[in-house]
Amino acid sequence: MQIHDNPTLKAEARNLNFFYGEAKALKNINMPIYDKKVTALIGPSGCGKSTYLRSFNRMHDLYPGNRYEGEIRFFPDNTNLLAAEVDPIEVRMRIGMVFQKPNPFPKSIFENVAYGLRVRGENNKRVLDDKVEHALKGAAIWDEVKDRLADLASNLSGGQQQRLCIARALATDPELLLFDEPTSALDPIATGAIEELIHELKKRVTILIVTHNMQQAARVSDYTAYMFLGEMVEFGKTDEIFIKPKDKRTEDYITGRMG
Amino acid sequence: MNEKSHLSSQFDEDLSSLRSHVLQMGGLVETQISTAIEAYSKGEVSAVKLIVETDRKVNALEKAIDDDCAHLIAKRQPAASDLRLVFGISKIVTDLERAGDEAKKIAKGVRRIYEAGQMPSQYGIGIRHIAEAALTMLRQALDAFARLDSGEAMRVIQADAEVDTEFKSIMRQLITHMMEDPRTITTSMDIIWIARAIERIGDHAKNVAEHVVFIVEGRDIRHPGKEQAE
Repeated sequence: MQIHDNPTLKAEARNLNFFYGEAKALKNINMPIYDKKVTALIGPSGCGKSTYLRSFNRMHDLYPGNRYEGEIRFFPDNTNLLAAEVDPIEVRMRIGMVFQKPNPFPKSIFENVAYGLRVRGENNKRVLDDKVEHALKGAAIWDEVKDRLADLASNLSGGQQQRLCIARALATDPELLLFDEPTSALDPIATGAIEELIHELKKRVTILIVTHNMQQAARVSDYTAYMFLGEMVEFGKTDEIFIKPKDKRTEDYITGRMG
Repeated sequence: MNEKSHLSSQFDEDLSSLRSHVLQMGGLVETQISTAIEAYSKGEVSAVKLIVETDRKVNALEKAIDDDCAHLIAKRQPAASDLRLVFGISKIVTDLERAGDEAKKIAKGVRRIYEAGQMPSQYGIGIRHIAEAALTMLRQALDAFARLDSGEAMRVIQADAEVDTEFKSIMRQLITHMMEDPRTITTSMDIIWIARAIERIGDHAKNVAEHVVFIVEGRDIRHPGKEQAE
């Protein structure tokens, strides 16, 4: 199957380098992220894929000594996400993140999803109700929680908690969602639900996902990037990468020949 | 193609046993065809039984290899060159099995001709020639598979045109022959069926070669004309 449409750019890394202190973790990454597509980042542990993912919402700013070089351009406004004058809080309003382990706040289901909106100053009950319902529906968990929105989020199952975290990320209407191994702590059924959800989500939002599960990358993504030792080895359509990768190193990794 | 070993040595063993089974099956089909040609030239009707027996082994191997492919996909989820190899093998065995069926058709045609007391002497040379060409194609296609050599596979594909031309030439000769002497129609028709089977063996060898190109290079080179039209 070919991807026939010409995708538009949502973001683009340009000559991106990243340093944890002296250690160079990302080496001159150039890569497009296409609008309303799923892009998967694969590679062995320590290859820099999570570091790269976290650069998008400036997570590294939280620790001193970390340093970016180069740009991540965000479209349509062509903002450089890494520019010093760009407020990381603003960035995170537009770019949501879902982590490996579900991390709901110790609050009710409703308040978890409403949190980002409240931070933004939204206090109108009707608006909050609407947006929370919309986000929970978007994360395919509404039917399971609609009768117990006041319950503690921690009472949900792992898979439900992860979908709640996705709803929380969706509530502020982000343009880009970052998933950092979102299913590695889930069982196969919950994993299937999240993958199905990703497929639905890309109708309205661009997704960048780090996964250790290559079959998952093959299933959910439109584009795949293989990273190794901080370098972007190969970027291409997922259909091509998993049938005929161009680079020998990609081939070795996805066929399980990495020694 | 990738010569490096997998992290799982069992995976390597599974793949290499799959490949050797394909070559074993190919060897059987080659034998079927060469035996059928011999039978045609020498009138050895007894060889027909042997060819039919070999066909049972070929069929069993086809099923076993397909089964191994399915298990390997289920257990290992092969990707990239491994996926192309498994996928290609599953297609190659179909073509090999059909080439074996064509050998069986040749054998049965030979039996009909000789049991009717007819001798196809006059046209024996043409048939023998095209049969050798088709058999060489199959041998080279299997060789290309064994060595994962897409260059050799491409040569097999090119050779198919000669077999096709030769088949048409035999057809013309036999039609003329039948018009000249209608008493030869029954035998001539049998010879046409045999020539047709040989021409099909060439096609199957070409298909095997195309699968080899896909396995090695990831290019699907089947039906080039159709693709250009699209």
